[in-house]
Amino acid sequence: MTLIDIPRTVAQLLAPAPDLATHLAVHGPTPAIGTALIPAAHAADVRGRGGAGFPTARKLAAVAAAAAGRRATVVVANGTEGEPLSGKDKALLTLSPHLVLDGLDAAAGAVGATRRIVCIERGNRAVGAAVAAALAERGDPGVEVVTTPRRYVAGQETALVDLIDGGAGRPTLRRPSERGVGGRATLVDNVETLAHLALVARHGPEVALPALVTVGGAVTRPGVQEVATGEPLAAVLDRAGARRPRAVLVGGYSGRWVPAATALRLRLDPASLAAAGTGMGCGAIAVVDDDSCAVVELARVAEWFARSSAGQCGACTWGLRDMADATGAVHAGTRAPAAPADIRRWAAMVRGRGACKLPDGAAGFLGSGIDVFAEEAAEHQAGRCRRADAGLLPVPTPEAFR
Amino acid sequence: MTGRLRVDPIDCAGHGICAELLPERVTLDDWGYPIVDGRPIDGELLAHAKRAAAACPALALRLERGRE
Amino acid sequence: MTSLIGTNADWYLMRASGVVAFVLLTCTAALGVANLARVGRRPSTRTVATLVHRNASLLAVTFLLLHVLTAISDRYVHVPLLAAVVPGVSGYDSLWVGLGAASVDLMAAVVATSLLRARMRHRSWQLVHWLAYLSWPTAFIHAIGSGSGTGTDTGTLWSTAVYGCCAVVFAAAVVLRLGRRPTVGTPRARPAVAGSTVPTRPASLAGAGPAAGRLPELATVGSASTLTPRRSS
Repeated sequence: MTLIDIPRTVAQLLAPAPDLATHLAVHGPTPAIGTALIPAAHAADVRGRGGAGFPTARKLAAVAAAAAGRRATVVVANGTEGEPLSGKDKALLTLSPHLVLDGLDAAAGAVGATRRIVCIERGNRAVGAAVAAALAERGDPGVEVVTTPRRYVAGQETALVDLIDGGAGRPTLRRPSERGVGGRATLVDNVETLAHLALVARHGPEVALPALVTVGGAVTRPGVQEVATGEPLAAVLDRAGARRPRAVLVGGYSGRWVPAATALRLRLDPASLAAAGTGMGCGAIAVVDDDSCAVVELARVAEWFARSSAGQCGACTWGLRDMADATGAVHAGTRAPAAPADIRRWAAMVRGRGACKLPDGAAGFLGSGIDVFAEEAAEHQAGRCRRADAGLLPVPTPEAFR
Repeated sequence: MTGRLRVDPIDCAGHGICAELLPERVTLDDWGYPIVDGRPIDGELLAHAKRAAAACPALALRLERGRE
Repeated sequence: MTSLIGTNADWYLMRASGVVAFVLLTCTAALGVANLARVGRRPSTRTVATLVHRNASLLAVTFLLLHVLTAISDRYVHVPLLAAVVPGVSGYDSLWVGLGAASVDLMAAVVATSLLRARMRHRSWQLVHWLAYLSWPTAFIHAIGSGSGTGTDTGTLWSTAVYGCCAVVFAAAVVLRLGRRPTVGTPRARPAVAGSTVPTRPASLAGAGPAAGRLPELATVGSASTLTPRRSS
């Protein structure tokens, strides 16, 4: 994974500072401001950077309220990054682990947490080593590191709580801020969100918070970029070396496809993206160009979605399976003329019907995909494809539930 | 006295009894699982909603009482 | 103890109510098991089956109560009240009566928890409900018994026919249940899909995302599974 060098700004997430000395030189010490973090986070409008974009101050307040009632609380740094297109959390943890840990400490101070936990996907040696080294440097034995299976839903906050408690890691309907790890009120935040909190604690709520995006697909310089809010998507794509984009996936696999013409007019801020029917999500962006077959990508990711299901909720288990089979049928050109209509109908049918947002993600990805690539889908159904399979979108096999 | 119906998607096993007993508020999707209309229920329909919730073999259909 | 009705009426009532209770127990159990195995494609069939299952169980309890009361009051069999619910304390035919008592206990547990279903954890209710699988064979053996005790009617044509049918029905339901992978209950039971039409991702990953090269990719993609999901109609 490569990093794009961009001009430095006042507050920077990815200034390489894996060791404590450099970290302190770049960022300075993060003051312990306790519960004052909550109004500061509210004023700075810090939002969850794991995908949901939920206002962080509200989460902090909910967990802090539990602590005020003399109940022990827990904070969890979610660095699992199960979204295959996204690399920002891995980058952040390898380059600026101390910033994340500062944020974890700040959040713990704000909610009176007695346990601090960092979660990372197992098998990622670089990230594991960076986190371990940073913790050793800080001389802080109180932070626990929990490794999680390589699975998309493992990073969902209720599933993560279940994993920490020794479960299989299936999502539940219990809100962590009410009943989380060990039954205690738990704050689960993405590592980038925690890094943002560290910056707010250090610089105050007026700090310009940068965002991290990952660009992949048909680009010559894939990788993580640090951008300012409101950055034009066209600039991001240009920096990544996108060649003749046909359509852009905004928000990772749980995001939506946008035709290139629309995409090139978008800015990376909530309002602009909402107008295009999409959002930042985890900041993962993928480009499909003119020469690459998009339908095969849709089919592969559809299958990945189906296999990522925890198998708890009927609409998700069966619906994502049927959507994957239908997308596969479109790609293969087998006699299934109703397949695109089926995909649209099932997308609408599964939205909001699961314990987590996996079916919503699949619905958005496939629903928008079958529309944006309608022409190409029709070609496939007629038995033709004039483009090559470029293997643009990664589809790692989800680790099976035990 | 009103109530709203909610289905727990994890507990739900797709028996489909709820849709039989309360078609006004519950329809089945293509896989036999209930799509529950969350609108408030009152009057005569409330008794049927109670029956439907009691009939659920998995106790996944729940009637939330409220004053609206 | 004076008999409930007089002369031998208790004796006949006890035997008759016992048979009826057993037949109803068989129906209840068979319906319950069949429902779990998702017999019947239409939801209306399964809805009716579930509701009849519940009503039949209550009816079975009613006849069971009659059976137990007449057994206690009957002059010839001298079954004390305690023996009706505690296995092994009856002087008369203690093994077979004991089995009857055991069956009563099991059924009572199942029915009681079902009536209180909304007030307990679903998992606990489920575990107790499994005792039903034990209550039927216990009742069956009690019913056919041996010797002149509870098995008085064993050997007659009608009893053989009735108990035989019940055994066949119950066995069929259980076989059906074992044979069908449960499509009801957790969808987790669905087997992994096999086969593929979508090609695997090409090895050369120019322009691939950050996860490239680090994780094994999906080897096969999509296709029909061996279990078709239930449709609503």
